[in-house]
Amino acid sequence: MSGAVVALNGVPQARVATSEAGPAAKRIVVTYGFWIFLLSDIVMFSALFAGYAVLVNATAGGPTGAQLFNQGSVAYETACLLMSSYTCGLMSMAIGAHKRFATYFFAGVTFLLGAAFLTLEIREFIAMIDNGAGPQRSAFLSAFFALVGCHGLHVTAGLAWLMVMMAQVRVTGFSAVVERRLLCFSLFWHALDIIWVGLFTVVYLMGVSQ
Amino acid sequence: MTSLANDRAPGDTEMYAEERSSGSYGAFIYTVGLFLAVILTATSFWVTNTALLWPPGIPLGLAVLAIAQMGIHLVFFLHITTGPDNTNNVLALAFGVLIVAVVLIGSLWIISDLNANMMPSISMPNMQM
Repeated sequence: MSGAVVALNGVPQARVATSEAGPAAKRIVVTYGFWIFLLSDIVMFSALFAGYAVLVNATAGGPTGAQLFNQGSVAYETACLLMSSYTCGLMSMAIGAHKRFATYFFAGVTFLLGAAFLTLEIREFIAMIDNGAGPQRSAFLSAFFALVGCHGLHVTAGLAWLMVMMAQVRVTGFSAVVERRLLCFSLFWHALDIIWVGLFTVVYLMGVSQ
Repeated sequence: MTSLANDRAPGDTEMYAEERSSGSYGAFIYTVGLFLAVILTATSFWVTNTALLWPPGIPLGLAVLAIAQMGIHLVFFLHITTGPDNTNNVLALAFGVLIVAVVLIGSLWIISDLNANMMPSISMPNMQM
C-alpha cells in the first residue's frame, strides 16, 4: 500500500502507518486464516511425498515408475492445470471489477480445464489398474495412488466449490461475503497448482529419468 | 446489495477504487507468471529427456526448477508480497516450509539409515512386500 491520499466516504484521508491503522480489513484476516489452512494442507501433502520418496524403490518385483508413466499425458495434465490457474486469476480480476459475464466465462473455462485434468488422471489410473498395477500391487504403487489420488480428490473438491460459488454469485451478486469466499477459492486453486508442480517433478519426471 | 453490505469488521474498508480499476495491471502480473511457469515447466521436461546433461545431476536440477516454479506461483498467483498486509502470511509460510523440510528430510534420512543398517537379507522369493 502506498502513501497515496484517497477519498474515503467522500473525505480525503492520508494513509496512516500500519501501527496506527487499527484492526486489519476483514479481507486480510480471512485470507490469513485460509492461508493457515492451506499451509496445513501442504504439510499433510509433505507427509505423503515423504512416504512416496521412501517407498519409491519398494516395487516388490512389480512395475516401476519408468515402465508405467507416460510423459505425454503428464504434460497435458500439467498444461491443463497451469492454464486453469491462469484463468482463475483472470476470474478473480473480473470479480474485483464486478463484471458478471467475465466472471462466469472465466469460471467456466477454469472448470473445464480442471475437469479435463481430472479426466486425464482418472484415465491414467484406470489403465494402470487394468494392467495389474493397482494400489495393492506394491508399496510403491500404494504410495503413488495415495499421493496422486489425494491431489485428485482436492481438485474434485475444488470443482464442486467453484460450482457452488457460481450459484452464490447468481443468487446474491457480488456481496462482500461472496467476494471473500471467491478469494479463498482462488487461493485454494493456485495452491493445488503448487502441489502439482512438486508432484509432476518428484513422481513423474524423476520417476521416468531413473 | 442487501444487509450483507454492512457485514464488515471494525476498521474494515471498502476495496479502494484504485485497486478495483487496476484491471490491466493485474492481468499483466498473471500473464508474466504464466509465461515464467511455462518456461520452467518446459525446461523441466527438456531436462528429463535430453542426453546433453550429466545423468546423476538431473534430479537435483529438477528439484531446483520445481522450487523456482513454486516461488513464481507464490509471487505472481498467490500474491505473497513484502508489504505490511503480508507479514503474517510470510511468517506462516516460513513456518510451513520449515515443517515440510523437517518431514521430508527427516523421513528420507531416517529410512535410508535404517535401510543401510538392515541385516543382510536371506533371499525369500515367495515373500511379497
